[in-house]
Amino acid sequence: MFIIGELINGMYHNIGKAVKEKDKAAVQKCVLDQISAGADCLDVNCGPASKQPVSDLPWLIEVIQEVTDKPLSLDSSKPQVIEAGLKAAKNKVVINSTTADPEKLEALVPLARKFNAKLIGLTISAKGIPQNKDQRLELAAMIVAHCTDAGFPIEDLYLDPIVLPVNVAQAQMRDILDSIHEFKIISDPSPKTIVGLSNVSQGTKVRNLVNRTFLTMALGHGLDAAILDPLDNELMDALITSELILNKNIYCDSFLSAYRKR
Amino acid sequence: MAAELMLEKWSGEVAVVTIGATKAEGGSRSVAIKVGGQKTLPFLFAEGAIPNKPAVAFEISDVPAQDWPQDLTKAYGENLKDPLAWAQSCVRDYKAEILCVRLLGAHPDFGNKSADAEAKFIGELLRKVSVPLIIKGCGDDAKDNEVLAACAEAAKGERCLIGSAVQDNYKTLVAAVMADGHNIIAESPIDINIAKQLNILISDMGLPLERIVIDPTIGALGYGLEYAYSIMERARLAGLSGDKTVASPFICFAGQEAWRAKEAKTGTEEQGVMWEVLTSCALIQAGGDIIVMRHPKAVEKVNKYIKELFRS
Repeated sequence: MFIIGELINGMYHNIGKAVKEKDKAAVQKCVLDQISAGADCLDVNCGPASKQPVSDLPWLIEVIQEVTDKPLSLDSSKPQVIEAGLKAAKNKVVINSTTADPEKLEALVPLARKFNAKLIGLTISAKGIPQNKDQRLELAAMIVAHCTDAGFPIEDLYLDPIVLPVNVAQAQMRDILDSIHEFKIISDPSPKTIVGLSNVSQGTKVRNLVNRTFLTMALGHGLDAAILDPLDNELMDALITSELILNKNIYCDSFLSAYRKR
Repeated sequence: MAAELMLEKWSGEVAVVTIGATKAEGGSRSVAIKVGGQKTLPFLFAEGAIPNKPAVAFEISDVPAQDWPQDLTKAYGENLKDPLAWAQSCVRDYKAEILCVRLLGAHPDFGNKSADAEAKFIGELLRKVSVPLIIKGCGDDAKDNEVLAACAEAAKGERCLIGSAVQDNYKTLVAAVMADGHNIIAESPIDINIAKQLNILISDMGLPLERIVIDPTIGALGYGLEYAYSIMERARLAGLSGDKTVASPFICFAGQEAWRAKEAKTGTEEQGVMWEVLTSCALIQAGGDIIVMRHPKAVEKVNKYIKELFRS
């Protein structure tokens, strides 16, 4: 499973403050903590409070690249911010994210090709959030078709079914899980699947429990990647154990620490 | 339409282990032999790099061999009675690349030689032959802890491969191997989970994974070979997929196992030789990196087989 650590986000107080005050040490500590907890990639988002995302995102990227060569997930809804990030990035990059809207795809897919980046595609459009599995599949197919036509390698595409809070959209949970499985059969080679995990527990009283239960079920449906909090130890334990049960890793008595030491 | 070869893209690779240290590296061996480093399954040259060939080691012991059938003993003749002459004969007459010496004489049942006596023997052996050495204990845990530590010290800087560490007896040997600059054999009883766990335990003590060779414990043709094959294949697939804890080269004691088979012991000499050859070749196909063998004619055939496969 490809683990994208979600904590470099200006929405969090410590990172928002670090971006504002250009505090490199605070950012770098958060990066290294996530990596030692098992993150394969770091999401980088300067947050809604940033007034200059076109310069704040490159600053964050440069600060992170001083301490790691792990891939970076450039997180912004604005293509020009993503482009500024791509220019600053030396590490491998994931673009987070495009929607199924043609103008977004037309801006971001060529950028992903040009910079040899992977691409996250949200199954969402200007019409809104999909309400069921069929709408998700339709949007996913639009993204896959566009990428295929543009010559973007489908195995580098990560489709996100859009995870909704369980207390808001309980009736949709099964559709979301089924979508993860069905996205994989849209094309051959298959696209990959990803979720922004923490959204599922938004507004609940036991967020960690909801997160790790959903993740375990999503893994059972074939999930390839997730954006999550790697410092949640129980979440990581559940993830590692799920992968073990799915025969992704060879069992040994200390399989939890063995995974983290990879 | 021409058939297209489906090639796998692997993210991991087998660790490279170097056995033997030359003068320039602080030892006295004429050559250092590298094993491992593969970026694909055995012999899939089109798929990934295979930088090192499997190496064949001749098995000798510090006392005349105890339980070898006649077809095997007569191949070495009188030399078998003098371990140093036996060792020299393997190198001189049969062009052995590596020697694997089993310190049988230290076993309480076979002479109970002291740690000092074995250390002295290893010192002499290192002076008599210049090929890299694999040093195996006698199989008695308590005795091996003494003997192998003394031998590791006597061979300090020669970068030998020493074994075996097992799950409930590895600490003393790991410490000795670490202190004196050697590599270690991690032995597990045809059990992938224990092989992985033991590699983790050893690397947790500070010995890098690049100094561990896995002995998966093999069975001869007709005696569990397929089971060993599947364990090795599973470990190699995981290693190539990025699990460093099982991405170690394999050592296989093919001679020992093949000559235990009744078909080898009681048939013609040729049948015994073929039993050892077929066991060894199958293990090479499974990913074996160091094959420890006994009969010179079998070694010759297996070396020819390796050469043929690497010709392209």
